[in-house]
Amino acid sequence: MSHWLIYRTFWDLTVSGIVLGLIYALVALGYTMVYGVLRLINFAHSEIFMVGTFGVLISLTKVFGISLFDGGQYPYRSGFVLVAILVGSIVAAMVVSGAGAVVLERTAYRPLRGAGDTYGAVVLAFLTGLIASFLFSDDIMTNLAIAAVITGPVAFGYVRIFRRGRQAPRLAFLISAIGSSMAMAEAVATWGPDARSVYNTPRVLEKKVLFNFLGADIRIDYVIVAIGAVLMMTSLLLFVNRTRLGRGIRAVAQDAETARILGVNVNSVILVTFLLGGAMAGGAAMMFTLVYDQTRFNIGFLLGVKSFTAAVLGGIGNIKGALLGGIVLGLAENYGSSIFGGQWKDVIAFVVLLTVLMFRPTGILGESLGKARV
Amino acid sequence: MSLTKAFCQRTAPQLQLGNRFRALPRSAKWSLSALLIAAFYLTPYWPDVPVLGWIINTPGTSFENVLTDQIMMFILVALGLNVVVGFAGLLDLGYVGFYAVGAYTTAVVTSGQFTLPWIAALPLSVIMAMIAGVILGTPTLRLRGDYLAIVTLGFGEIIRITANNSDWLGGPRGISKIARPPSFGPLQFGVLNAKPYWYLGFTVILLIIFVLTRLENSRVGRAWAAVREDEDAAELMGVDTFKFKLWAFAIGAAIGGIAGSLYASKVGFINPDNFQLQLSILFLAAVVLGGTGSMYGVIMGGFLVAWIPERFRGFSTRRYFVFGVVLVLVMVFRPQGIIPRRGAAAGIAQKGESDV
Amino acid sequence: MSEILLSVDQVTMQFGGVTALDNVSLHINKGEILGLIGPNGAGKTTCFNVITGVYAPTSGTVTFDDKSLLGLKRFQITKRGIARTFQNIRLFPDMSAVENVMVGVDAHSKTSVVGAILGIPRSRREESESRERAHELLKFIGIDEYAEVAARNLPYGHQRRLEIARALGTNPKLLCLDEPAAGFNPAEKQELNELILSIRDQGYTVLLIEHDMNVVMKISDRIAVLDFGRKIAEGLPHEIRDNPDVIAAYLGVPDDAA
Repeated sequence: MSHWLIYRTFWDLTVSGIVLGLIYALVALGYTMVYGVLRLINFAHSEIFMVGTFGVLISLTKVFGISLFDGGQYPYRSGFVLVAILVGSIVAAMVVSGAGAVVLERTAYRPLRGAGDTYGAVVLAFLTGLIASFLFSDDIMTNLAIAAVITGPVAFGYVRIFRRGRQAPRLAFLISAIGSSMAMAEAVATWGPDARSVYNTPRVLEKKVLFNFLGADIRIDYVIVAIGAVLMMTSLLLFVNRTRLGRGIRAVAQDAETARILGVNVNSVILVTFLLGGAMAGGAAMMFTLVYDQTRFNIGFLLGVKSFTAAVLGGIGNIKGALLGGIVLGLAENYGSSIFGGQWKDVIAFVVLLTVLMFRPTGILGESLGKARV
Repeated sequence: MSLTKAFCQRTAPQLQLGNRFRALPRSAKWSLSALLIAAFYLTPYWPDVPVLGWIINTPGTSFENVLTDQIMMFILVALGLNVVVGFAGLLDLGYVGFYAVGAYTTAVVTSGQFTLPWIAALPLSVIMAMIAGVILGTPTLRLRGDYLAIVTLGFGEIIRITANNSDWLGGPRGISKIARPPSFGPLQFGVLNAKPYWYLGFTVILLIIFVLTRLENSRVGRAWAAVREDEDAAELMGVDTFKFKLWAFAIGAAIGGIAGSLYASKVGFINPDNFQLQLSILFLAAVVLGGTGSMYGVIMGGFLVAWIPERFRGFSTRRYFVFGVVLVLVMVFRPQGIIPRRGAAAGIAQKGESDV
Repeated sequence: MSEILLSVDQVTMQFGGVTALDNVSLHINKGEILGLIGPNGAGKTTCFNVITGVYAPTSGTVTFDDKSLLGLKRFQITKRGIARTFQNIRLFPDMSAVENVMVGVDAHSKTSVVGAILGIPRSRREESESRERAHELLKFIGIDEYAEVAARNLPYGHQRRLEIARALGTNPKLLCLDEPAAGFNPAEKQELNELILSIRDQGYTVLLIEHDMNVVMKISDRIAVLDFGRKIAEGLPHEIRDNPDVIAAYLGVPDDAA
């Protein structure tokens, strides 16, 4: 009986699977590029995505002043205003995510490369002060005040410690990533107005069905996501393949030491890589809210693991692989959940990840990793 | 601040403490140990001691409940996770899965239609957790560090999602009326008095410390250390790395299962929300903060992670945020943790990856 | 007629487009010291890696003690009796010298995990025997006074020797040394020569990769020469030294600064 259902809804599932997959692909780009350049799984990239969704939320509700419901109805806009709002929200998301990625890199990863700088020291000092203040008070204003006072001298001390910088082992990077990820998600959960519940984002786009394709409704938001995602990925590919900075990224990804000797500013390259990955995630964030109209403090986690799966599936370090992996995963999830039931949807990604890592760790397009080197 | 600066210096006052202890004559070592063990058995009474009591008592909740619901569990889990992460150098992010398997096994066999006595539930939970460890480890231990971490994380989530989706595991509502340990003599395992749980739990902790110390000082501990420090070289020196890694997983899982089982019988009801991903990360924070690879270090870490949010109200709702940041700070400034493992300068495993 | 201990038969090793070893065949007799020389990149370490099981050869076989090594896991090969040192020192940095050697000795330990937990008599006995043997080896190598020092803190020369002690701990029949004299001064190289000769005199067979002709010529019984993955000569030291192909490929001048 389920076969009949699949047949009826096959194109529906395919279309929404591709759209979902494109969102995965955009986030996967961040994972794959950072891995290519640093050989690091940026575990906190999922929270970069999440932060982008809140960027969309804030830009829509606070900057554009749109409320969730306009007298009991969705606050649809149209024409030029709609375009302006959409563009504004994606720019906001990309800026927020990009900035978040840069802060993350300087704070949680750069010190571990022995290259810690003042910005990172200041952020870490502020966080140290904040946590220390919790010993004395649970009122957030007091906490912030104490933290602000402590930041100065502590940052000074941290900078001096950074001067003795040493490269930390791989595992340390991963642990730092996990810590950052949880800290970012929990910060939103603790201090966001709606805490751990779902935040609805205003629906400005009326999700009209544009046309019908073999039984599947093609909605306008799907089309926007598809076009937007393709545009973003194409620009990224052009950047990486045609520009000087892009060449630097590819050089560092292949051999960081040689690149450094040849004069490539490795720290800048890494920063730009994070920035680009963050921007892609920001784009994905806007598209996610466009389709699903909601976000949450932990929306990053699940999507992050799935996007990472997509990156590995396509071949980690391979940009085109991220696109392929994303689409394949999106489709697999949709088909799988219609066969096994919706509540198992999230398990599918984990199973795919495990299968790929065990039987073809190279991914579909990528290179082999993880071989013992003696 | 000088506090953080002191943390960052490569001082080893702790090691001196350990060395001085080791240098004592045998009788002195035994008496000192006996004294310490007795003092720790009496931990539920510490809030009544003048100065110590003020420092340690938890405002708002009864100290002995914090001790048995949280501190005890975190210490056990930290000891178990330390075997995997600290001894063998394997980053396991899904440890909460083993904890859950232990808890759910005890819950299911003591509250369902066919009920076993608690005394049978505990070993059964351990066995189930070990099986889970072997099932998880066998396909995944071939993977390198980063990938192993992600996959184990997936495992923890799969356990939680499965519990949530399965009616026979109670679904989202969970399982209640879980059996308590049988009361005998002066030890009454009731709702009001938490102390017997502590006596039981602390005894288990002592046993585990004993077993782990044995292991650490044997060829097994050496094999784990070799795998942690340079897995490829270890294998070429005759170490069956896969077997020992799997054993680390199994032993770590067993301890996690014990912790879960004790937790279930103490609180009496569990549901999938008790076993979220953040808990795995909190477990990791306990190990990392305390001192990866150092047993007494991770006990301290487990204690701190469980106790600080209860002692200082500023931490209680923000504990996940705090320990997330703590993980970063520890990695940046003092990766070896508060009490470093013996011989560790840098702390986390330095795996050789160069071409020979 | 000497018995053949190790036989490498027509081994080819390809990585993607690169052929690191091209139809290489050589053998080692029991109790001899075979020197393996060649210019950088000739494939010497790759050869080691194939023998010790790090790489599975693209084609060809490796036979040790009349049994094939193909398909065996690395630790199994070590248990069969092949041990090695590394071009870049791969000691266990935070473990003490004696612990490093004990890991090698543990290769033949019969204590199981359960046995260790229970503290059965065999486990205790093996533990003290292992420690004794490790100290013996450290004394033989000459660094027993540093037994409790962490490997990372040892002076360079001692680290190189510790690697040899650790390899000996696995009780090998064949000891493979990968550039053991790298970074040594002439006096240290002389000591190393004596050490390797006394290792051979104890009954071990030695396969030696080395760049320094002083070392290789003095102590090898026979020498094999690789160049661009192929074996271009094999024979007694004086034959190799006068071999025009070898001279052409590898202008090996005894260079004390090596």
